[in-house]
Amino acid sequence: MALIDLGKKEVHCKIVYYGAGRCGKTTNLLYIYNAMSDNDRGKMLTIDTKGDRTLFFDLLPLNLGKISGFDIRIQLYTVPGQVMYEATRKLVLKGVDGLVFVADPLKVRQERNIESLNDLKRNVADHGLDLTEMPLVLQYNKRDLVDTPVPTLTVEELEQDLNQEYQVPGFEAIATKGDGVFETLKEISKRTVNYVANKHLFNG
Amino acid sequence: MILTAETVQQVKEVINDKLINDNVQTVLVIDGAGNILAHCGKDTEGLDAISLAALTAANFGATSQIAKLIGENDFSLLYHKGEKANIHFARLSGEMILVSIFGDDVSLGLVRVRVEELAVLIQKIFEG
Repeated sequence: MALIDLGKKEVHCKIVYYGAGRCGKTTNLLYIYNAMSDNDRGKMLTIDTKGDRTLFFDLLPLNLGKISGFDIRIQLYTVPGQVMYEATRKLVLKGVDGLVFVADPLKVRQERNIESLNDLKRNVADHGLDLTEMPLVLQYNKRDLVDTPVPTLTVEELEQDLNQEYQVPGFEAIATKGDGVFETLKEISKRTVNYVANKHLFNG
Repeated sequence: MILTAETVQQVKEVINDKLINDNVQTVLVIDGAGNILAHCGKDTEGLDAISLAALTAANFGATSQIAKLIGENDFSLLYHKGEKANIHFARLSGEMILVSIFGDDVSLGLVRVRVEELAVLIQKIFEG
């Protein structure tokens, strides 16, 4: 649930990076954190296990400048991707305004991507939201694996699996190097701010 | 949620009156998504209020699942005692949470009584 503070002239939005385990959600946030200046980012909060798997969530607060006199403040969250943490994912989705679905290109993870997207759809529905009506962007991560012998999915196959129903922008990315990371963030931020403004400011 | 300057001002006034003037260090009102609606008291050095708000919202979500496991609907308050600082969390109406940070010079009983009073006052302010 976005917060619009008319006194401070601030808009706060929550964007969640979602996807199966080890797809690169935290890597996206870490790249953004390292690339942004101290003035534009807050502290990054990470709750992970000893094996570097996200246990609860990661949080990265960002300032994205002004639109129509309002300071735009975005909080980026990730969820734990492993199947068993469904209850935690549902908690983190509370009050979500925008979503990035990060897809893993490994052929062996094809089913997991589809399951994770279905899990997302179900979990936002439990919060009374419809994924088809929400700001959503797909990110096809780890595209550097395409040039290795590891069997991977093509972008067309990923689109076929994940984007048939939603028809939203999909960005190829290599999050470890930063390729596609800011393109994804820019698009989801734009869509989320538009959605929040239309929902809360222009429609009363 | 749309917050007006007047609403925030009124909430801060009642919090100052009930808690800050009696030596409670910091009080936050946050929503269920982890947004900070109001922040009162000393800006405790090094306090990362954004992380505190996000963790509080998540913690409340997790403990409400624990509540369900033992046949309760929810836990309305949580309290953690530290060596120097203590923290008290209380569920308000509309999925808001009141977070109070205080030292050993303030009794837990006082905080609990004042937080109960504040819950009613803050609800009235948000209902207009």
